[in-house]
Amino acid sequence: MKAVSLEFRHVSRRYADLVAVKDLSFEVPAGKICVLVGPSGCGKTTSLKMVNRLIEPTDGQILIGGRDIMAQDPIELRRGTGYVIQQVGLLPHLTVGNNVAIVPRLLGWDAPRIKARVDELLALVGLDPAAYRDRFPAQLSGGERQRVGVARALAADPPLMLMDEPFGAVDPIVRERLQNELLRLQEQLAKTIVFVTHDIDEAIKMGDLVAVMDVGGVLAQFGPPAEILANPASDFVARFVGADRGLKRLSLTCVGDLNLQPPGDDFRPRPGQPLVGRRATLKDTLSQMLDADVSAAVVVDRNQKVLGVVTYDQIAAALHDGGSGAK
Amino acid sequence: MLDFGWMADHLDDLLYRTIQHIWLAGIAVGIGFVISFALAVLAVRRRATYGPILAVSDILYTIPSLALFAALVSVTGITLLTVEIPLVMYTLVIFVRNIATGFDSVPADVLEAANGLGYTGRQRLWRVEVPLAVPLIVAGLRLAVVSTLGLVTVTSILGDSFGGLGFFILQGYSRSFPTELYFGAVPSIVLAVAFDVLLSRVQRRATPWARPLMGTTV
Repeated sequence: MKAVSLEFRHVSRRYADLVAVKDLSFEVPAGKICVLVGPSGCGKTTSLKMVNRLIEPTDGQILIGGRDIMAQDPIELRRGTGYVIQQVGLLPHLTVGNNVAIVPRLLGWDAPRIKARVDELLALVGLDPAAYRDRFPAQLSGGERQRVGVARALAADPPLMLMDEPFGAVDPIVRERLQNELLRLQEQLAKTIVFVTHDIDEAIKMGDLVAVMDVGGVLAQFGPPAEILANPASDFVARFVGADRGLKRLSLTCVGDLNLQPPGDDFRPRPGQPLVGRRATLKDTLSQMLDADVSAAVVVDRNQKVLGVVTYDQIAAALHDGGSGAK
Repeated sequence: MLDFGWMADHLDDLLYRTIQHIWLAGIAVGIGFVISFALAVLAVRRRATYGPILAVSDILYTIPSLALFAALVSVTGITLLTVEIPLVMYTLVIFVRNIATGFDSVPADVLEAANGLGYTGRQRLWRVEVPLAVPLIVAGLRLAVVSTLGLVTVTSILGDSFGGLGFFILQGYSRSFPTELYFGAVPSIVLAVAFDVLLSRVQRRATPWARPLMGTTV
């Protein structure tokens, strides 16, 4: 289904004695990933849960594709919106296949269509359908469970996905792999995704747009990651993104994005000079240069053909090109 | 010594009393289960009722059975109702506690995911909470069945038309005829053990997902 835009208009959520979300307004264009990030108690999860009405706003409007969610039946709204949570919440008494089939069943699809869809989705998230379809969640690793959780959320092809710290419960290596796979999937699927995390690095990596939230449910800054890193709107944002925000910006740009000058035919890398691929980030490239104690790295393609040379000065200059970044 | 000739002559009585025993216990367990299920759902959905519901079923359980049967005779006479009211009452404490604990044992993330996926309240109850509470519900069923099968013998004090196998126990005791006493006591024990074993099988069958090694055939 075609992705839809999502808009928060002056949304607040008050409880008896506290404000969880305060006058939140932002807009996510269709097909973009928006990451809500902030310390605990900033209302990011509350904001996410208001989108599918697991929590209802006390003030303001939330519009999905221009339609006010309060005008929609909450059950239909939830069936039409993908939802992934940190603890995954697979139903332990259902097999992997039946977990993925939950929403299609609730929607009343016929059996052959459900089966075909389950197999398609398991393959999509990198699980062999024949091997995994009939297993129970207790027989899976943490990473496999999380993949099933994503497949389940995608089952009815929702235009909007809500992901609440989806990779928070897996180890760092698995987390990075799942992040990369989600980005790869997103290139294919182009869903509108709202993604909650407390990890600023994850926010920068995953987000087309990042909403930094402060305690009390206040939106501290909203924009593309490169802009937030280059121009933090407040001391809070600057502290939250970290003193290494310059280095973080380097991770947004690949050496392939720089204006590389092809060297002459007689160019040969010096011994010990680092070789990097064009998809390497400026941060990793700089790290390798520091490690090798040299002032330039050589960019090569898959066949080790030299594409150009990257120097300290070029890396430093890239940061000052208005912080546009690769996204 | 036991009089095996007498036993052989009374096998048809044994069959009749065994069936009566199971029947009297079955009614109580069935009605008790339905009432308790409703109470447990109420207790879990409306937390404020949880404490009072359990407290009342606890208090009912403390009433001595013999006293209760005797007291009820003046109200409901010597009827099936007099037999079943106490039997049902004693199942409540076991069932309510186990079923409510069963619902409470469903992990919070599972409930949250179920809500987020778009189950209605009723669908969530029957398709998520009940199946996941099955191990504790069946555990409660085992306890309730065994304890009710025991209590049925006490109903023999209400006369010859009740009591199940307890009829032989009471008769044997009052006539100082051990053969008849054992003729009731031993089968009633066998019955309780048999049902317990049967239900423990059911319990294991009902939760295939709880066996992590099953299915990993490679």
